[in-house]
Amino acid sequence: MAARKIENVKGRACVSRGDDVDTDRIIPARFMKEVTFETMGEHLFEDARKAAKGNHALDNEAYEGAQILVVGKNFGCGSSREHAPQALMRYGFNGFIGGSFAEIFAGNCTAMGLVCVTLPDGDLTKLMDSVELDPTQEVTIDIDTRTITYREGTLTAGIADGTRVQLLEGTWDAMGLLLDAGDGIEATGNALPYVSGY
Amino acid sequence: MSDSKTPKTLYQKVWDAHTVRELTTGQTQLFIGTHLIHEVTSPQAFAMIRELGLGVRFPKRTFESVDHMIPTDTRIRPLSDPMAEAMMSELENNCRDYDIELFDVASGQQGIVHVIGPEQGLTQPGMTIACGDSHTSTHGAFGAIAFGIGTSQVRDVLATQTIAMASLKVRRVNVTGKLGPGVYAKDVTLAIIRELGVNGGVGYAYEYGGPVIDAMSMEERMTLCNMAIEGGARCGYVNPDQITYEYLRGRPRSPQGEAFDRAVVQWSAMASDADAVFDDAFELDGSSIEPTVTWGINPSQNLGVNDRIPSAADVPDEERASISEALDYMDLTPGKRLAGTPIDVAFIGSCTNGRISDMREAARVAKTGKVKEGVRALVVPGSHEVAKMAEDEGLDEIFRAAGFQWREPGCSMCLAMNPDKLQGREICASSSNRNFQGRQGSPTGRTLLMSPAMVAAAAIAGKVVDVREVL
Repeated sequence: MAARKIENVKGRACVSRGDDVDTDRIIPARFMKEVTFETMGEHLFEDARKAAKGNHALDNEAYEGAQILVVGKNFGCGSSREHAPQALMRYGFNGFIGGSFAEIFAGNCTAMGLVCVTLPDGDLTKLMDSVELDPTQEVTIDIDTRTITYREGTLTAGIADGTRVQLLEGTWDAMGLLLDAGDGIEATGNALPYVSGY
Repeated sequence: MSDSKTPKTLYQKVWDAHTVRELTTGQTQLFIGTHLIHEVTSPQAFAMIRELGLGVRFPKRTFESVDHMIPTDTRIRPLSDPMAEAMMSELENNCRDYDIELFDVASGQQGIVHVIGPEQGLTQPGMTIACGDSHTSTHGAFGAIAFGIGTSQVRDVLATQTIAMASLKVRRVNVTGKLGPGVYAKDVTLAIIRELGVNGGVGYAYEYGGPVIDAMSMEERMTLCNMAIEGGARCGYVNPDQITYEYLRGRPRSPQGEAFDRAVVQWSAMASDADAVFDDAFELDGSSIEPTVTWGINPSQNLGVNDRIPSAADVPDEERASISEALDYMDLTPGKRLAGTPIDVAFIGSCTNGRISDMREAARVAKTGKVKEGVRALVVPGSHEVAKMAEDEGLDEIFRAAGFQWREPGCSMCLAMNPDKLQGREICASSSNRNFQGRQGSPTGRTLLMSPAMVAAAAIAGKVVDVREVL
């Protein structure tokens, strides 16, 4: 049950500025009335795009085909809906560079093999400015070296140690590891008084 | 692992007791004691385990409710919305196929998953509780470690009853003093988020304590912990005490008789040790908290009801853009007092404030007048049990007489996946938890978060008012 090893994400980037973008913004709840994730990509940022009247990053032709989304701080806050990273992935994004990410969102991304890395304020602004100026440039997130390479050079990126190992080892889909515990699961569970009875 | 004499927080004790093993990734494989599921984030997880040929490892430790998209007017099947009906059938099939208990309408115990867990006694101190819903933090009120997970992790829990997770740091949030009249747990939790920010809690579990928290009822503590996630903290908890045990005594799924007394001994031992060390601490003077209202598009953008709406010019450069965005969206005037802001809709309910004490406080205000003409006012109890208690006390009649709609239980207009939605630019006084853009069902709708009593007062006045003037 080993998953694909993920060493880097390479491709063009799309800049979407602004902090505290919540998962209701990424995928409004009314589109979650589905029993699968299949249609999520079609509604990515639907209301935000409508409100921006053509000025949303996703409506900028220069960003078409981008694989990396560059965002502000606290991206993905709010609801735990995995529909949000599903919508982003199905739209075509595999990597996210931001000031910071909400915890559940980042965890969901890892579980799907999507990469979230952070940059300090100054470096994030540099990267955003550069990509806005030249959206055709290739941006690389290298997980092993914790770096982001772009037209202007290389930046040091933040990624949690455990997440880094999961991506590099191909254990980001935790199911295999979890099943490997075997009877250890029952042993732990049955030792709990509320499971075995007070 | 530390030796048994090292003082520990409740978080560390629960974490250690539920650790199956350390993983090569540096994470912990953590046993999940109680798994709660609902119709929106679980169907895909069941599809995944089917595809992998896996079963449900501990079917008796998973409980399903139906809450997010269920209508609050009629529940006659098939539901009029075909997609909602499809989701309902899907969850019924999943529960049947995997032998999972379903708290559906027919059970007479249906309700919002975070309301029914505690009221059934499924939520107990010292547990780990996970659910594909960020407001799972609610259950921390009992001294459980409870957190929201995504659908891939719902799959992991179904198949293994465990998840891979890195341990959080613990921040002690101390609320001193005494709350004034008309000030509720909702105001406390909003004030904490205002002070620490919407992402201040990332990487932390919050341990709430201090005289204000000690004095809170279980329902107030649930409101408090419910919104930990709105401050970025995936879980928040209160150490169990006599108030916790009295709440749990006699609940259907609580230990009964002598087993209950034995459980209390174990539960008490789970509380943080007196000399436990925290990674961070924050203190707030509860006496200074006012009835609180949000003015912006995230829960930290809140102020006392008599405060003036901020101006982008008054804040540091880095905050200016977000304040401008919020004010533009909300179409509120900087410098004006929040009190006096006209409203179109009033919503009382949700996993934050849909419990019996919330209904009582709102009804106390509803008695003082009639809903202002032109205001649509909904009261949505959090569960059948809450509805039944409210009806036995005649609260439904008080609400109806005042012009509120008394609805069937569900998440309703908190996230508007069912037909209860704002229309166009409507502005809603809401006892829910999120004032995000478009959250209440209209892409341009607006939300003012506040306590249920404040919502009732706003419904009657047709505008935001200080509930202390009414009580």
